[in-house]
Amino acid sequence: MEAFLHQVFSGLANGAIYASLALALVMIYQSTHHINFAQGELAMFSTYLAWAMINAGLPYWAAFGLTVVASFFIGLIIERAIVRRVADAPVLTVVVVFIALLVILNSVTGWIFTYTIKVFPSPFPEEPLFGPYISSHEAGVVGVSIFVLVTLFLFFRFTPLGLAMRATAENAVSSRLAGIRTGWMLALGWGIAAAIGAIAGMMVAPIVYLDPNMMSGILLYAIAAALMGGIDSPLGAVIGGLTVGVLENIMGAYVVGTELKLTVALVVIIGVLIFKPTGLFGRSFVTRV
Amino acid sequence: MPILEVSGLCAGYGASDVLHDVSFSVEQGGITTILGANGAGKTTVLRALCGMLRSARGSIVLDQVQVNGKATESIVRLGVGHVPDGRGTFMNLTTEENLRVGAMTRRDKAAVAADFERVFSYFPRLKERRHQQAGTLSGGEQQMLAISRALMLNPRLLLLDEPSFGLAPLVVQDIFRIMRTINEVQKVAILLVEQNASLALDLASTAYILETGRVVMSGPAHELREAESVRKSYLGY
Repeated sequence: MEAFLHQVFSGLANGAIYASLALALVMIYQSTHHINFAQGELAMFSTYLAWAMINAGLPYWAAFGLTVVASFFIGLIIERAIVRRVADAPVLTVVVVFIALLVILNSVTGWIFTYTIKVFPSPFPEEPLFGPYISSHEAGVVGVSIFVLVTLFLFFRFTPLGLAMRATAENAVSSRLAGIRTGWMLALGWGIAAAIGAIAGMMVAPIVYLDPNMMSGILLYAIAAALMGGIDSPLGAVIGGLTVGVLENIMGAYVVGTELKLTVALVVIIGVLIFKPTGLFGRSFVTRV
Repeated sequence: MPILEVSGLCAGYGASDVLHDVSFSVEQGGITTILGANGAGKTTVLRALCGMLRSARGSIVLDQVQVNGKATESIVRLGVGHVPDGRGTFMNLTTEENLRVGAMTRRDKAAVAADFERVFSYFPRLKERRHQQAGTLSGGEQQMLAISRALMLNPRLLLLDEPSFGLAPLVVQDIFRIMRTINEVQKVAILLVEQNASLALDLASTAYILETGRVVMSGPAHELREAESVRKSYLGY
């Protein structure tokens, strides 16, 4: 029973990371109708930035904050410099651009920092503070994720800028007719998504160790989570993330073994696409004509 | 001095032009209507005015400012409220959020609050449905919402794209009555594009008739109402 509870709690911690990354995917999807395959590699690159800053002697949380800010601007610049130019291009073009970004970020990181696996520190203490079932890092991950999700919710729900971004994601033409500078709203969305990804990367790196390929599996889990929740639902992404995290851990521990954990994510992806393409919370639009 | 002066406007989609050398104007605080059948180019005129068509050529002067080539959001910020074809509702936002999006460019909080009350007094239905998801509103309510959203911008010029389209006659009358009030009380100039010639000619002081992308007739609304060709083709008697 104890082992089982431990699996559940560490599943929730992983799930919180998947949820964050899934949320970043959903944000981009809502405004562009594409899944940003490079989201994971962006997060990985951000984590290397944090590693470099910590190695240069910065305190953890200073490096954390600087990384989040830097990632925001990297996301913003990628949108303004690259994604914008293919906004009206066919789907395949966009997919190719995103995959190219993925490969470029991966190889550039490997080239700068080498492919040697690195240890990334956790800001949370070694000894378990929250009982026997969950390590302090796992509890910290859950706490940080909740903080990020609540902040985002408040931002989108209660600020004019959040409303302008939601309006732009839903109907860009109408938004422009309301005087909203939609181009900047989209860029801002990329910035925020990249910042969320950076936090997810820094939270997962102490668990999976830092290397240029560390996010490839995580991105698959996040895609599974986003699809399970309904690809355009932020709440769905969060619930999907937690579900996938727990499911993955329990399946890995008791059913399929750790080697096939990632397969669980792929089974979820294919299962959702075949049996319930709108996911658990995907909108079947309520509209009258 | 007209608030809007358009001359030699040509525009279209892709390679071919829909509009050919269209010229018209809207007086300060006046109501102008552009009438035309389906496919005459009415919606295209409004889209070109708001910088939504890259192909637009010719001169568009808004209150002495040349706006050709400007971005849609920049033209809108000069005080142009556009009630678009299809109403442009933000389906997943609430009625109130739709209106707040309309007021997004404004910083004068007190005046925005007053405008909320004003549009709710024009359209009490919207107040009742304030917290409802806009996608669940009826067609007429969505048209009211579209007009209200444009009014929240505190426009000097209101562009209306077939506000009567697909609505019950009583709702249409209501909307036209309120447009007259908006014009008289708020001194907002209106450019109304319509298929319903009878209603539009009652409301407007100046009218233009558009046929296959060309202005074929223009003049004071009451004169056009009497013209035999207009009567036969657009009023049906």
